[in-house]
Amino acid sequence: MTVKENWIEIGPLQDIPRLGARVVRTPQGDIAVFRAADDAVFALDDRCPHKGGPLSQGIVYDRRVACPLHNWVISLESGEATGADRGCTRRHEVKIENGRILLRLAAAHGAGPAAEPRCASAR
Amino acid sequence: MNREKLVLVGNGMAGVRTLEELLKLAPDKYDVTVFGAEPHPNYNRILLSPVLAGEKTVDQIILNDEAWYDGHGITLHKGRMVTRIDRRQRRVRTADGLEAAYDRLILATGSHPFMLPVPGRDLPGVVTFRDIHDVDRMLAAAARGGRAVVIGGGLLGLEAASGLSKRGMDVTVVHLLETLMERQLDAAAAALLKQSLEARGIKFLTGRETQAILGDDHVRGVRFKPALSKVEGDGGEVAADLVVMAVGIKPNIDLAKSAGLYCERGVIVNDTMQTYDPRIYAVGECVQHRGRSYGLVAPLFEQARVCANHLAELGFARYGGSVTSTKLKVTGIDLFSAGDFQGGAGTEEIVLKDATRGVYKKLVLKDNRIVGGVLYGDTVDGSWYFQLMKDGTDVAHLRDHLLFGQAHLGDSGHGEKVSQVAAMPDHAEICGCNGVCKGAIVRAIIDRKLFTLDEVRAHTKASSSCGSCTGLVEELLASTVGADYTQTPKTRPLCPCTHYTHEEVRRAILDNELKTIPAVRAFMEWKTPDGCHICRPALNYYLICAWPGEYADDAQSRFINERAHANIQKDGTYSVVPRIWGGITSPQQLRAIADVAEKYRVPTVKITGGQRIDLLGVKKEDLPKVWGDLAEAGFVSGHAYGKALRTVKTCVGSEWCRFGTQDSTTMGIRLEKMTWGAWTPHKVKMAVSGCPRNCAEATIKDFGVVAVDSGWELHVGGNGGVKVRATDLLCKVETMEEVEEYCAAFLQLYREDARYLERTAPWIERVGLEFVRKSIVDDEENRRRLAARFRDSQQHAQKDPWAERAAGVQRQEFAPLKTVPAVRAVA
Repeated sequence: MTVKENWIEIGPLQDIPRLGARVVRTPQGDIAVFRAADDAVFALDDRCPHKGGPLSQGIVYDRRVACPLHNWVISLESGEATGADRGCTRRHEVKIENGRILLRLAAAHGAGPAAEPRCASAR
Repeated sequence: MNREKLVLVGNGMAGVRTLEELLKLAPDKYDVTVFGAEPHPNYNRILLSPVLAGEKTVDQIILNDEAWYDGHGITLHKGRMVTRIDRRQRRVRTADGLEAAYDRLILATGSHPFMLPVPGRDLPGVVTFRDIHDVDRMLAAAARGGRAVVIGGGLLGLEAASGLSKRGMDVTVVHLLETLMERQLDAAAAALLKQSLEARGIKFLTGRETQAILGDDHVRGVRFKPALSKVEGDGGEVAADLVVMAVGIKPNIDLAKSAGLYCERGVIVNDTMQTYDPRIYAVGECVQHRGRSYGLVAPLFEQARVCANHLAELGFARYGGSVTSTKLKVTGIDLFSAGDFQGGAGTEEIVLKDATRGVYKKLVLKDNRIVGGVLYGDTVDGSWYFQLMKDGTDVAHLRDHLLFGQAHLGDSGHGEKVSQVAAMPDHAEICGCNGVCKGAIVRAIIDRKLFTLDEVRAHTKASSSCGSCTGLVEELLASTVGADYTQTPKTRPLCPCTHYTHEEVRRAILDNELKTIPAVRAFMEWKTPDGCHICRPALNYYLICAWPGEYADDAQSRFINERAHANIQKDGTYSVVPRIWGGITSPQQLRAIADVAEKYRVPTVKITGGQRIDLLGVKKEDLPKVWGDLAEAGFVSGHAYGKALRTVKTCVGSEWCRFGTQDSTTMGIRLEKMTWGAWTPHKVKMAVSGCPRNCAEATIKDFGVVAVDSGWELHVGGNGGVKVRATDLLCKVETMEEVEEYCAAFLQLYREDARYLERTAPWIERVGLEFVRKSIVDDEENRRRLAARFRDSQQHAQKDPWAERAAGVQRQEFAPLKTVPAVRAVA
């Protein structure tokens, strides 16, 4: 069960406000963990693909977050910019067990550059 | 899956736009089949003129290529004209016998060119100007050279004339009236237009009515009716190798009529674009809605949006008719025309005419409101006039500079005023905020087939920040897309989550006692589950304003600056601006700020434009501690981050200044103590000057006070930012108590009436100074009530958010959820 070892418990779900986000500081940089209205959670690098704005500080709605710096709207599910903007931020796996949030960092074990984006579609 | 069948008859701009809108709303709802009489995919009919003139090719004006139809699983039957609708069996049938069944049917059959009922109209060499086929025929004729006669001096006729002239033909335009383009231009503008076209070699015969087209096996000339021909040269005849009939269009209702659908001039539709047979919709030029038919793109696209909404069974969009303006390009000549430009009884005209520069501007006013206008040569302010016209803005206070345009007061960011965007080089910067050049905008409009301002904003970012280049971008749209483009609609919804306007939402909040954001969204049937980053902060503000003390502020609907009570910077740190009342400070205060700056290693300390001190580069985790230390020294939040009262700037006034007439610092401190903490639609800046030298620059503030010997002048609606706007003088009062009452009343009127994110300057330009004056100066009772509501609201608003947070409120906003140590991640 090596997979399980990579899951990091980061706190109870209640500690993130609905339609909000909190930051998790990691050796790879800050990660934004979002909580949607239906309590679904998502984790992205806390960097907008546009100018590096902290996505954790943006307004969250549906499955999106609006970056606080220039209002790019980023999909929480894919990490990709929506609308006419092009760019992508890295996703991380996140899940809830017994009301606790578990996070697994994406670029584990030093495979490739840490900031390498993993996007569903290369646009 | 057994999907409903949707058939579109008419493969043109209105019909295909309806499909595009429908695909956005309900991509899988229908099996779609399209019939088009022309052997082409959907193309931009407006751009036929540039094709004729040789500036564009047919390929360049295709809007939807065949791959688009394939990609969306749409069956396209090109070159097949539908000639029969069997409404009972719900089938359509083409001339060559192809049949298709439908559950819903869209008629978008466009219009027919109108043919004058004169002998010879069927002769070879007589063409109309409506589709690619017509253009091909004209090009073939032009290749042979010779003389062309264009009958009709309207927009289409002049474009045809200009194109043929460029192709080397000797062109004469024949027009029934003396005034060219009489539906868009008055006599003066038309004369300028005629002059400039004559300079390009086009001849005109005005005041001529065509009697017959001459020729045996091919056209050879046109003869005029004797009564109207004012003998000149050969008098009644003119020779021609090609005759272009461009006297107008009429809705093509042949098919609808044969199917028994009720038609008048066009196919009659209701507000959801349905004909008398509810399964059959009609959009575009073939339609007659509330007695009107439209031939411009903007209304057709509005119809398409409504029709798609109904087809997707959302059913909340209604078409209420369109207000149209024409901003057109006849062979590089700038023209704008809107509304009632002729004037008449009960109207007045404001006219500017500069024949040397080739500029003519006329606005028609009724009761101090613009009801129409014509611009020739300099049309950059057309969209501004059109907006004032649609909003019904009282322009009394603008009259003395109205014709000089919106930009005459120095927009920052794009140099001098440019009247002819078309003449600008491609590398000219249009949007100074985002560094977008003309060439990039034009390329995006062409490559991505953009039609609206919002689309250009989304794709290029031009005009998406401060908005001061909006007029220029609209000009570029007009010159690139063609004669017309989609104007920003009159009543904009608050955001894409709703079709209600700011005003409608605010009214519903009050009338129905809606007291939470979810309650507003549920009551007004929001289209999205959580709203978005545009509507949530607006709703939060409207609820605060409507229910002071009662509404529970929603932190997650606040922009980060207002949630964190500090200004986010480009690197994710924050800036902190403590309140310094009226800008008067002390050694003790300055020492406390210096101590905080050192203790938290604040990288930059700066004096702000509003006479306060800015601590830049504070880490978010440190904010509550910084605030705690500042609070101990007696500071409260300066709200430099909020849509709120920012600062009251002062000069030293009579206390020290040898010119001072009143105690401006005390006045400023009193105003700041009264107003701090108030949430407003946008930020509010105030100033108090001690004499008319006005060292506090009060006349570019939202609310400015200028002391005079006999009292205080009150100025409102100034702005020193994006667009410099000097204040309007509201009135003069005598005492400090009066200044406070007027200030409170003005702010409350602004809070209750302006749209969220609308500064006082554009708000006053929209509602008119008269409205403010009537509400505050003339109506004493109302002024008292407004001021009382403001003070009541302040009782709840004046709680220092910094002290609360330093004491532990919303602690988790400022702390990371967790810090993962390096060792864990490697394990």
